[in-house]
Amino acid sequence: MADTATVGVTDANSRKQAHGSTPHTPRRRPRTRSDQPWWFALPALAVFGVFFLLPNLLNFVYPFTNWSAFHSDIRFAGLSNIRSILQDGSMLRDIRITVEYAVLVALFQNGFGLALALLLERDTRFNRFFRAVFFLPVLISALAVGYIFRALLAQDGALNSVLSSLAGHQVDTPWLGSTTWTLVVVTLVHGWKWMGLAMLIYLAGLKSMPGDVLEAARIDGAGGWRTFWSIRFPLLAPAVTFNVTTALIGSMNTFDIVQATTAGGPGSETEVFNIYMFRVFGQGLYAQASAMSLVLFLIVVVLAVPVIVGLRRRENNQ
Amino acid sequence: MTALPVPAPARPGPLRWVRPAAVLVIAAVTIGIPLWLVAVTSVKPQAEAIKPNLSLPHHVQAAENYQQSFDQGKMIQGFVNSLLVVVPSVVLVLLLGAGAAWVFARRKGRLVGALYALSISGLLLPPAVITIVMELRQLGLAGTQWGMIAVYTGMYLSTSIFFMTGFIRNLPEELEEAARMDGAGPARVFFQVILPLLRPVVATATIMVMLFAWSDIFYAFFVLGGGDKATLPLNLYQVANAQLYLNNWHLIFAYVVMMSLPMVAVFVVAQRRVVSGITSGAVK
Repeated sequence: MADTATVGVTDANSRKQAHGSTPHTPRRRPRTRSDQPWWFALPALAVFGVFFLLPNLLNFVYPFTNWSAFHSDIRFAGLSNIRSILQDGSMLRDIRITVEYAVLVALFQNGFGLALALLLERDTRFNRFFRAVFFLPVLISALAVGYIFRALLAQDGALNSVLSSLAGHQVDTPWLGSTTWTLVVVTLVHGWKWMGLAMLIYLAGLKSMPGDVLEAARIDGAGGWRTFWSIRFPLLAPAVTFNVTTALIGSMNTFDIVQATTAGGPGSETEVFNIYMFRVFGQGLYAQASAMSLVLFLIVVVLAVPVIVGLRRRENNQ
Repeated sequence: MTALPVPAPARPGPLRWVRPAAVLVIAAVTIGIPLWLVAVTSVKPQAEAIKPNLSLPHHVQAAENYQQSFDQGKMIQGFVNSLLVVVPSVVLVLLLGAGAAWVFARRKGRLVGALYALSISGLLLPPAVITIVMELRQLGLAGTQWGMIAVYTGMYLSTSIFFMTGFIRNLPEELEEAARMDGAGPARVFFQVILPLLRPVVATATIMVMLFAWSDIFYAFFVLGGGDKATLPLNLYQVANAQLYLNNWHLIFAYVVMMSLPMVAVFVVAQRRVVSGITSGAVK
């Protein structure tokens, strides 16, 4: 098997299976070349190659051209686009904001999901109903979620009016207008939208726990807290890997929730990569948008992929 | 540290009610309040909805709001447009993905491993949306539903290939062998043996693709743009963008309700399938 670990998503199960089953398969009709002909893979490879890989390759070319709505021809332009996104500060700012966004979303989405899974772990009718309730936000489109929270969190919105009546005086916290805290608020919304999915994954992980190990821990006198941190949580490793991966990748490609709540504001302090690309592409500066798209690609390769590969290794070593 | 007896048996005495009570409060605050806000605002007249709050409407005008939102938001056109791009994408992702997964799962060798690794790279790598537009323009597919289908298929093929390859590797090869002994060619083995066995993982892949593609606006924006090809969420964006300036929260939320109902309905009907589909694919 080739080194798929470089991509980080080898299926651990099938590896085990492959090891376990090859020795004791007896004589078998020799595999012939035409049993699974290549042409079954060709359509998928063609579509994936042309519409996913090729654009990513082109993305290493167009940032260095003058491609825009203002020229009829496309010419080589050196590093001018990279220089302009460096000099106006947008590149470093968007890297910082996107990375902060991704880390916070990974924390919130997993924290909420795990807490809900533990809360609703027992398989009762009551719990099954509330699992479905907490899954509802996953089904609502991210854009709609953004508008709901914009109405809730606006300065004259629903949350402040509830807080005002609770506090007995006027509360007008600018939830979506703080240059420091709005990013945290938006990532909380993102975590809220996807917590139901994380919850389901954690529930599946909790359900697949070997009963004898937990029983042994109980007999040894381990309390609930101890059992959770030293046995149950480590056994959740595959669920953690899956959830952190989807949270990181999903949040680095986020657009809808940010666009609907803040549209990148206030003062560009929630401007993730995709918001920038959308804005700059709309201004006709295609090559500059493509340059930022290349930065996103590199950030994912340099930061997210090692984290995911590391989680995967940790899980396989256990 | 005092140990909290966590999950296993039901707790005795009054503590037994702590957990359900906590669930009720959390659900009411985190899910109940946002959904209540949507429901109640969507039936208010504009004057009451201008500052969204949780109070009951003094005057209910549900029919008017929903009618107006339905017409202005081109609900039917958006729904049909969404179906026209999402359904073919899902079918292609599943069919092409299954073919590739079969080859990757069964054939051995360096080339197979390398191509598999390349094919699932889309699980992690972001789609290069700007150059996709460039390429689609050159292919004459920009702004067309075919272009959108090709982009979605390219984006989600990695997911289906990943799930299906893992799944096929765990299927006993004897089933295929038996069919081959009976003289079935590769096409018959694939369509009559492999595809039917893939049913559980097809559910997983369908749900994952639907969750993202059905509500996508970012890629739809670049590929389809607005106009008469706009999908349902793209229409919401256009409606909302226009209405926010007019402070028409009641119309926005009427649209949100109508747009979300199909997904919620599908979930309610197929809840067990959806849940087992998601969990069986993700954590084995």
